[in-house]
Amino acid sequence: MTQRIAPAGRLGVALAVTATVALGLSACGGTTKNSTDKAASSAPAAAVGSSADPNASTKTGLTVAFLPKQVNNPYFTISDNGGKTALTTLGESYKEVGTSSGTDTAGQVSYVNTLTQQKVSAIAVSAQDPAALCTALKQAMSNGIKVVTYDSDTDPGCRQLFISQASSEALGRSEVDLLGKQLNYTGDIAILSAAQTATNQNTWIGYMKDELKKPQFAKMKLVKVAYGNDDAQTSFQQTQGLLQQYPNLKGIISPTTVGIKAAAQYLSGSKYKGAVQLTGLGTPNDMRAYVKNGTVQGFELWDPAKLGSLAAYAATALASGQITGAQGQTFKAGSLGTFTVGAQGVVVLGEPTVFTKSNIDQFNF
Amino acid sequence: MADTDIGTGTDSATPFTARPRSFRIGDAVRWDTVVGALLLVLLVCSFSFVDNFGNALNLSFLIGNTLPIALIALPMTLLVVSGEIDLSVGSTAGLSGAVMGALWNAGYPIETIIPICLLLGVVCGLVNGLLVTRLGLPSLAVTIGTLAAYRGIAQIVLGANSVTDFPQQYLDFGSGRIAGTFIPYAAIPWAVLLLVAAVVLHATPVGRSLFAVGASEEAARFSGVRVKRLKLSMFVATGFISSLTGVFWVLHYASARYDNATGLELSVVAAVLLGGIDFDGGKGTLGGAVAGVFLLGALQNVMSLVNVSAQSQIVVTGVLLVISVLGPRVARQLSVAHARRRTLTASAPVPVATPAGHT
Amino acid sequence: MTTTAEPVRVAVPPSGGLLDRVLKMRELAILAVLVLMLAATQIDNSAFLSQQGIKDLLLNATILVLVAVGEAMVVITRNVDLSVGSVLGITAFAAGDFLQGGGNPLLAVVLAVALGAAFGALNGLLVSIGQVPALVVTLGTLYIIRGVDSIWVGSREITASVLPSGFVDFGHNGLSALPYLAVLAAVVLVAVAYFLRNYRSGREFYALGSSPEAAGLAGVPVRKRILAAYIACGALAGLAGALYLARFGNVDSGTGSGYELTVVSAVVVGGVAFTGGSGSVYGVALGALLLTSINSVLPSIGVSSVWVQAIDGILLLLAIAVDRVLALRVTGVLRKRAAETRSARHG
Repeated sequence: MTQRIAPAGRLGVALAVTATVALGLSACGGTTKNSTDKAASSAPAAAVGSSADPNASTKTGLTVAFLPKQVNNPYFTISDNGGKTALTTLGESYKEVGTSSGTDTAGQVSYVNTLTQQKVSAIAVSAQDPAALCTALKQAMSNGIKVVTYDSDTDPGCRQLFISQASSEALGRSEVDLLGKQLNYTGDIAILSAAQTATNQNTWIGYMKDELKKPQFAKMKLVKVAYGNDDAQTSFQQTQGLLQQYPNLKGIISPTTVGIKAAAQYLSGSKYKGAVQLTGLGTPNDMRAYVKNGTVQGFELWDPAKLGSLAAYAATALASGQITGAQGQTFKAGSLGTFTVGAQGVVVLGEPTVFTKSNIDQFNF
Repeated sequence: MADTDIGTGTDSATPFTARPRSFRIGDAVRWDTVVGALLLVLLVCSFSFVDNFGNALNLSFLIGNTLPIALIALPMTLLVVSGEIDLSVGSTAGLSGAVMGALWNAGYPIETIIPICLLLGVVCGLVNGLLVTRLGLPSLAVTIGTLAAYRGIAQIVLGANSVTDFPQQYLDFGSGRIAGTFIPYAAIPWAVLLLVAAVVLHATPVGRSLFAVGASEEAARFSGVRVKRLKLSMFVATGFISSLTGVFWVLHYASARYDNATGLELSVVAAVLLGGIDFDGGKGTLGGAVAGVFLLGALQNVMSLVNVSAQSQIVVTGVLLVISVLGPRVARQLSVAHARRRTLTASAPVPVATPAGHT
Repeated sequence: MTTTAEPVRVAVPPSGGLLDRVLKMRELAILAVLVLMLAATQIDNSAFLSQQGIKDLLLNATILVLVAVGEAMVVITRNVDLSVGSVLGITAFAAGDFLQGGGNPLLAVVLAVALGAAFGALNGLLVSIGQVPALVVTLGTLYIIRGVDSIWVGSREITASVLPSGFVDFGHNGLSALPYLAVLAAVVLVAVAYFLRNYRSGREFYALGSSPEAAGLAGVPVRKRILAAYIACGALAGLAGALYLARFGNVDSGTGSGYELTVVSAVVVGGVAFTGGSGSVYGVALGALLLTSINSVLPSIGVSSVWVQAIDGILLLLAIAVDRVLALRVTGVLRKRAAETRSARHG
């Protein structure tokens, strides 16, 4: 061991060199956000050449793969099973793959790649990240695979259609309306969201804030947006924190099925039960106990099974060449009726359902 | 791999004493060879029996998805050989990605941002290394702490944003492949780094010191190895490569978020340990580690192609990991038993070194 | 792994009132930090330590305290169990599934504990008989148990509406500000502490962690004790799983994932060193209380949840750094004292 290495010294030199290089480069002016004057890729991928033949017959024997944000998530299982039922009636085959974590973007990308390899006819995907899947999805499309997003969209250029559960605007605004009615339009309110990076929630919250600017909400004040990361324990503690920090808090909106469930469980076991109103997005099965014991008056959601079903019909219509995803095209979706493709390739399922004590027993999902 | 024979065996002889060149099965069936063979078998089977495995597109997917793990596995191998571990690699990668996104949003040129991110990785590694070497803290505890701390800082830096509008030529480098082949561009720097790491570990005094430190730190210190500096530089190298991986991750997925590369540390550690790098330090080869990385990567790819669910894949990973630590020990015990029998039958009292002190 | 710390630990004799005093100081220090933090928060926000607030603090800590106490027993023997989060998840679901089918709540808890103990035994056997590094094995079983859990559970979930209401009420009711769950955790804590301190086999856990070789030579049944530590840890994780079900009323296949890092943090902050053979479960309970309280304090003084993770990590680093500095001090004093005694004897 005669070798004397002096990593610390070398390190110093290396750092100095890197710093100099960095400075030098920046002085010459490199590629910045402003210099990359990128052409906004807002046009949906639909416009690519091929024309639609609305009268083409529906092909059978297609394989449509569902790639939810997370497998084993009850919400996605319901919606994917809706897709499965639709595909079976049409005579297509169905498969579902996905990651077991809802934030494993790399895993989701590799599943898109795998499906590309397996040459499925169409992919219905709920994107964990709007941009990260783009390269993989574009590659899939260039291999002739039709791409439909549902529940959570990617950038419009990376898919042919987005099946939206309800318009983001309607969802955001209606949740505020729902809470407003419960509170007689007065009092401090807070939002308990999912992760800070959750695309859907952030869009909805944007519309909620906008709705609150309307005159009838003048006496309602949004004091805080908290993030429970779609984790039961974190959502629990964030709810406690909200109630302690704002003793005058009168209402909470939780636009995520995990958050509303955790908040309801906390409220139902605390002194705030019935005194603080909770609403948001939840499934009837999760919320039944809390609606019946008076913790929650009402909340809303679309029917996830119908969402999956519509995604399946849309994917089949794309793969059969009946539509290409351009605005104004229409396609039939079995018992759901006929749908028209909107701007940027968005297809909207419809209005969400509001669940209260009086109707909750009619639903089982 | 360079064929220095120091400390690469599956027994725990100290690296400076020549191992008895006798009749041990252990010599023939070294764990890293086993892993390499398994990888070969898996590849051959997949090429012949799994649809869509062998085409260029799939191979490029396989390499692209495995590359982050393969990159960090290089310095991690060196670190584990020297008896330390770094669990903060995923968070370091996430942090450098988050900083990359934040600076890009602030309007800095990408040519400045990337060196700054790499520098940041060096600082992260330096913090880990100083806490371990100067304060004498266990690296496991330190890096669990920085695992949370670095990820937390990333969250503070970038918050809810997800930055995606990086310049196209850089994104192309991150996700493109060399024209006409299945090899991603980013595999080239990895190959260079692999070469560097292999030479350092198996053909230089630095590598020999690493094995010595891992086998017995006291002994290494007495024989003149500057243990603290050596360990510190390994932590710094790990931090540097982690941040490089973070930058690559952002370009590959075209998305800078604070939660990039979450949980990557477990994949890296699993792959490295599977490759036969002994967790107690002092043993292993880089070839074994690389074979471990690609064995896990290829297995995942194949299992997805044949529609094995994500949940079953988790179980397979766990079972492999347990086998990877049990396997060598069972093999060693078998070889010892075999050696004993041989000694007994060949009535000559040849002294057999029994494996020392496993705790 | 941690060879750097070894000379010091070996140099500290297990006897001596000084060491005891230092350990007590260590617990007092956490307690002081905890009290200071809570007091400061109370001054900032007078609603914080209301009856409901105190109840919430205790409830939040309960589950972590139980798992961390079990983990501490394993870490004291110089091993680690990373599979606790997976065990918690699978036992919580098993208990819920049993209750859903109309089972007795008490039996459900017993079932969860037994299942947890079985997984603990699996870990313990692999570590003690297979003689393989605990970190790697339990990382493997973390994956395996989680995978089995998600295959078994699929997309099913247990919701509050299928649980007997008495069970769910047990999860959040209590005697004024003192929840039943916290009482249960306190009983377990005292029992484990008493065992570790006053029973020969309990002391052997420490001996084993200080020096496995020496303990083995001194006649401590090393494998048996390690196995026992893992079984206890698994059983406590199982108990925590059942209580998780009562508290949150909701379990799916992802329950408890990533929990191992929180547990290990609580153990380390609580003063149980990774090098084994030191620390007390009271310290660990305080560490768990401190960590969960931070998560309650930050939102209630209006700090964005963005900061929580960074603060947790830095706190963990501080705790181990302070421990190390303290340990060095103690060694110094002991060495000096030993030298004095020697010179006095010769003089």
